[in-house]
Amino acid sequence: MNNFLKILHFELINVLKSKWIIFYGLSFFFITEAIFRLGGSGSKAIVSLLNLSLILIPIISIIFGTIYVYNSREFIELLLTQPIKRSQVYFGLYLGLTFPLSISYLIGIMIPFLIHGIAEPIVLTSLLLSGIFNTFIFTGIAIVIALKFDDKSIGIGVALLFWFFFSIIYDGLVMMLIWQFGDYPLEIPLILSSILNPLDLGRVMVMLKFDLAALMGYTGAIFEKFFGETIGIVISLIMMSIWVIFPFFYGLKIFKTKNF
Amino acid sequence: MGIIRIYKVFLLLLYIALQISPVFPRVIFVNPSGEIKTISQAISNSNSYDSVFVVKGYYKESNLNINKPLTLIGTDYPVIDGTYSNSNILTVTSSNVIISGFIIKNVGVSAVNDNAGIKVTNSNYCKIENNRLFNTFFGIYLAKSKNCYILGNEVKGNGNVESQSGNGIHLWQCSTIVIQKNRVVNNRDGIYFEFVSNSSIQYNYSSKNKRYGLHFMFSDNCDYINNDFIDNGAGVAVMYTKNIKMQNNRFIDNWGASAYGLLLKDIRDSFIYDNEFKNNTIGILAEGSNRLDIKRNNFIRNGWAVKIMANCIDDNFSRNNFISNTFDVATNSKQSYNKFHENYWSEYDGYDLNNDNYGDVPYHPVSLFSYLTSQNEPAIILLRSLFINFLDAAEKVFPSITPEALVDKKPLMRPIK
Repeated sequence: MNNFLKILHFELINVLKSKWIIFYGLSFFFITEAIFRLGGSGSKAIVSLLNLSLILIPIISIIFGTIYVYNSREFIELLLTQPIKRSQVYFGLYLGLTFPLSISYLIGIMIPFLIHGIAEPIVLTSLLLSGIFNTFIFTGIAIVIALKFDDKSIGIGVALLFWFFFSIIYDGLVMMLIWQFGDYPLEIPLILSSILNPLDLGRVMVMLKFDLAALMGYTGAIFEKFFGETIGIVISLIMMSIWVIFPFFYGLKIFKTKNF
Repeated sequence: MGIIRIYKVFLLLLYIALQISPVFPRVIFVNPSGEIKTISQAISNSNSYDSVFVVKGYYKESNLNINKPLTLIGTDYPVIDGTYSNSNILTVTSSNVIISGFIIKNVGVSAVNDNAGIKVTNSNYCKIENNRLFNTFFGIYLAKSKNCYILGNEVKGNGNVESQSGNGIHLWQCSTIVIQKNRVVNNRDGIYFEFVSNSSIQYNYSSKNKRYGLHFMFSDNCDYINNDFIDNGAGVAVMYTKNIKMQNNRFIDNWGASAYGLLLKDIRDSFIYDNEFKNNTIGILAEGSNRLDIKRNNFIRNGWAVKIMANCIDDNFSRNNFISNTFDVATNSKQSYNKFHENYWSEYDGYDLNNDNYGDVPYHPVSLFSYLTSQNEPAIILLRSLFINFLDAAEKVFPSITPEALVDKKPLMRPIK
């Protein structure tokens, strides 16, 4: 355990040293502040932030994560020559990445909100929650990719592809589904499709928390009914957790057996 | 001497004439502690053109029939309580009736009779003024009447269930009616017009009604001006009508799965000027509405500012402000037979090189996504997705799917004040 803490401590210092993370937090701070100053009220600011975090968080987490693991490859190999459990090295690496990323995101967004007053606390909470979940999910995927592919350029390409799939291609496929099966009741398949993609899930949850459900007519009513009830929220949280846990343990499995 | 005698004779004759004349108006007082204790007694004692003054008090009466010209005035708001009996409280079947200054409450709900607080039928020149009606099922109900004036009343329903509440001010087969400065809250429809002509609705406040703030059908040549329609179940509906003028009204907070600021269905040759549409799910929904002139309106923060169906022809939208709407315009067809020009669009990102306040690039107010969702409603679940933003951006550069004819060729650079 002591070893794990030491590794975590070192990883945290190392990640902070790269200054990337500070830049990341600062950019969230400045963007949020700018949205407030440009006349966005609390709820408008959250919608703009939602758009932004759904683009920024996944791509930064996945690219930063992949590059970081590639760069600390030699250090990991060095550590593995020591009498330390591989799982401890892995935990240190994982948390050393996810903690600073989520904390700088939280601080970056929360400071402007604290300055200008917190509006819509429930929506804000779900925005922050989805941001943190997405950080964990995409960092996990990043580590898996970096461990799977030894070639750095291929790894980064695959990481980009993953981001591209979740944020754009997936919705394109959903659009095609809606188009092809427009004559059938699609509400249940659509609920399913938005649960399966963590980015869609975050987006839909925050949108429904606003009055925007009214915009969506019948579809919105069914979504609101599902996500408004406890069972819907529980299922969403479980789904998000599965998205966190699955890459994490898959990465652990690879890490334990990998021949560095 | 002679003059004084003539004068005396004249006075005597006048006195006799006044004494025997059946039409000489008298004043009858109703007072709970006086000689005439009930309004019904006063009405049956009165002759045509008498005045009945009702002193402040609590009168448990209903089914009062006014079948002769009569002025009925309450001083300091006497209360007429119908105790939920199955009848109207005041029924007017004569012309030249004035009812003013009463609190009228508790009319029984009936599925068969349209019971009302004040029901006026076959009347000419009546005036209903400054009354307050509470829980009256239907509030003020006019049928087959002409030249009436409904001024400064407050109608407040119980507003629980649509089927258990009536309309605030209900007009059927009337003409030349003025409805002014009334406040209608918590009814089924705030103001209801069916087969009404040449009438005017002004300075009213209609809010929190279960169905429509204003429900308007088969009523030609009417206007409504300076009214507030706020937070009604489904907004305002104007249907099957021509020659309507709608000006300076405010349509606000009509927000819900099937709510509109203004629903236009089969309207023609009408004018919609200087209105404000704010925070509605749909600002204006137009179906089969032709030759409308829609000018100088503000559309602010609506879900859809304007939804215009393909069966609308020759509608003209000019000099309106479209500000921060989720969708500016939606339509269900690739064709467009309507004209949009010189509007201000907050989403417009063109430039104005010659500084004439008109953008040099045409603006297409129908985004690809709004077109897709009107074709296929469930697609709205992709709202604000990155994929959709990309699609919209691509479509903006090369419009191919959205109606190319629906375009504002001279968009304004700055909003109209």
